[in-house]
Amino acid sequence: MKIERLKTDLLIIGGGTAGCYAAITAAKANATNNAANNAADLKILIVEKANIKRSGCLAAGVNALNAYITEGRTPKDYVEYAKKDADGIVREDLLYSISEKFNEVTAHLEKLGLVILKDKDGKYVTRGNRNIKINGENIKPILADAVKKLDNVTVLNHVNIFDFSVHNNKINGAFGFGIENDTFYAIEAGAVIIATGGAAGLYRPNNPGFSRHKMWYPPFNTGAGYAMGIRHGAEMTTFEMRFIALRCKDTIAPTGTLAQGVGAKQVNALGDVYETKYGISTSERVYGTVAENLEGRGPCYLRTVGISAEQEESLLKAYLNMAPSQTIRWLENETPSKANVEIEGTEPYIVGGHTASGYWVDTKRATTIEGLYAAGDVAGGAPQKYVTGALAEGEIAAKSAVSYIEGLSALRLIRQAHQPAQGPDVQFKVAEPAEATIKEGEVAEHVAEIKKFLDPRGDEDGDTAERLEEEMQAAMDAYAGGIQTSYRYSENQLAVALEKIEGIEARTNSLHADDFQELMYIYELKERLTVCKSVIAHLAARKETRWHSFAENSDYPEKDNEHFRKYVNSRLENGKIKIILRELTAEGQRTYEHQH
Amino acid sequence: MSISIDQNVCIGCGKCHDVCPGTLIKINENKKAFIKYPKDCWGCTSCIKECPVHAIRFFLGEDIGGKGSKVHTEKVNGLVRWIVEFPDGRVKSIDIDPKESNKY
Ligand SMILES: Cc1cc2nc3c(=O)[nH]c(=O)nc-3n(C[C@H](O)[C@H](O)[C@H](O)COP(=O)(O)OP(=O)(O)OC[C@H]3O[C@@H](n4cnc5c(N)ncnc54)[C@H](O)[C@@H]3O)c2cc1C
Ligand code: SF4
Ligand code: SF4
Repeated sequence: MKIERLKTDLLIIGGGTAGCYAAITAAKANATNNAANNAADLKILIVEKANIKRSGCLAAGVNALNAYITEGRTPKDYVEYAKKDADGIVREDLLYSISEKFNEVTAHLEKLGLVILKDKDGKYVTRGNRNIKINGENIKPILADAVKKLDNVTVLNHVNIFDFSVHNNKINGAFGFGIENDTFYAIEAGAVIIATGGAAGLYRPNNPGFSRHKMWYPPFNTGAGYAMGIRHGAEMTTFEMRFIALRCKDTIAPTGTLAQGVGAKQVNALGDVYETKYGISTSERVYGTVAENLEGRGPCYLRTVGISAEQEESLLKAYLNMAPSQTIRWLENETPSKANVEIEGTEPYIVGGHTASGYWVDTKRATTIEGLYAAGDVAGGAPQKYVTGALAEGEIAAKSAVSYIEGLSALRLIRQAHQPAQGPDVQFKVAEPAEATIKEGEVAEHVAEIKKFLDPRGDEDGDTAERLEEEMQAAMDAYAGGIQTSYRYSENQLAVALEKIEGIEARTNSLHADDFQELMYIYELKERLTVCKSVIAHLAARKETRWHSFAENSDYPEKDNEHFRKYVNSRLENGKIKIILRELTAEGQRTYEHQH
Repeated sequence: MSISIDQNVCIGCGKCHDVCPGTLIKINENKKAFIKYPKDCWGCTSCIKECPVHAIRFFLGEDIGGKGSKVHTEKVNGLVRWIVEFPDGRVKSIDIDPKESNKY
């Protein structure tokens, strides 16, 4: 194993939607500031576990920008919508700050090359009140190309970050390993943006066999960002608001295109439209389907029978652009004009771009760890963020991080000015931090941990990461509200879940990896287990049922506004998860700062 | 869902390896691509779109009702052509103009 030490001003972990846009923004913000004061370029480093060209949520492409302020609407309308959908548990300041940027980042994407559908007057074609239609098959390569053009941005592809370096609640950088070059990296940074997306694979998936990864959320987003933050004591919010997608059965292709594109209604096996019976919020749509099945009126479908040939043709194409398996499904069986499309709920995911789970951040996207900023699905408090929200947060986090770094170097200059003169050019030398912020001992500790997994271990039939992952998913499924229990759980079940997860976690110490890719699988498992424990603690803490299916607490089947119109937050203290209930932001509140 | 790579066609350029969001594709000693972890494939089709010689196909797993059709894409006159080869030998292709957005 090679050991490499790197030093950068800004480290961006995860080169996905938010991460790429953060790099683009930071490079621009820095260039503008530099022109003003003639300073040196900020060094920006993106570290990505795959390759930024097609990594993360956008790999396959998307066909709409789900968050856009259409003509006649205002950011306030969007905030109200997201707030209502989450039944009040949102951070208004965060939602305002992204809503006010949706259209600006969209215009920027178009300039970078994204194709957006326009009507004959040159206006974007909308889908419903908040969406615009795009040809987003190549949206990720467009972002990646824009990053590649930036001189002061370096990209390290195929490097998996597995731990932060934090001292006295201040971040100094991170540790990672190259999964294909057998290299360990210790990366020092002035500021860090975490943009690793959400967490898939905590729960047993719809199809646990050969097609186990045929899931909605990228199976490669394993919750690394959450786990690293949790372990270093960052405050986290709303992990109990899980996201369950309503999807086409088996292919797990999206249903929104059918519902909004051709107006297909949710119907049960008797042909009755049931969606209005349960409400139309995101969680109620899932719940209605679950309830119809429980009451013996399943399976449930989206009614597409009777759509025109032209509509069908467009559907086949639309799905090729974002979920080609559904088109194949139709072509191998019956097309949507001839057969309704069966739907099902997925296993639960933790994803801050759809629900409100993730880092507890202030309006600047600063986490509770100094120097660490969060953007995209890893950041909490602002559901319904989607692509444009992730971009907006990437931009906000980048601007905040850049001014934090510039503040640090200004501070260093002042400190240096008060020291005895060392030479004529001392003012410029001090831009480099005087000594290493990541100490040798810390590097050695991390290297030793990795070596332990790579060393041969005598017994060949020992646990494997794959086996433990399946056990974890089975435990979460049965005892923490997975598909098996129709997403319900009780306190007693959660206690069993926790015991099982802790048991599995203890066994991870004896895992063995043959190569660095397998090493990554071990760390992914460990991340997921960490996130599972927080999810369980949050589910137990919200003693009410506010969102059906997303958090269906059978001990407390009703909503309890008196006690739980609050954020459920948590922080690891002395190895124990401490739950903190916090008051909601006030109506229309635009800013929010942490009280440390 | 997963992919299959025809090693007789593969020229070992490594492009599929570079784009896979799970880094699941490796290149062997004979400079041929192979998927090391078929069960881990997300089915995003990034590798298929990238392959210059169309060596990669994807299919739906039998466990989710797949019937053995193989799919790939080619670029034809600026259009993206999706080609579905059915097990009975029939072939269907659908062209998409990247400059025209989705209707839905
Ligand atoms: C299938 C799907 C379809 C969607 N469709 C739409 C749509 O049509 N319209 C819409 O507006 N929104 C859509 N969304 C939502 C939207 O795409 C996401 O909310 C948004 O892209 C999230 O951005 P992100 O940067 O947080 O995550 P990502 O873009 O996933 O980026 C996370 C990055 O971090 C990397 N990473 C993870 N862990 C590590 C680690 N340990 N070390 C280094 N790197 C790491 C990942 O490889 C990835 O590149 C869709 C989401 C999915 C999953
Ligand atoms: S389809 Fe996507 S996940 Fe599967 S091997 Fe190809 S690039 Fe990787
Ligand atoms: S992209 Fe195609 S030709 Fe290139 S290595 Fe992959 S399979 Fe082979």
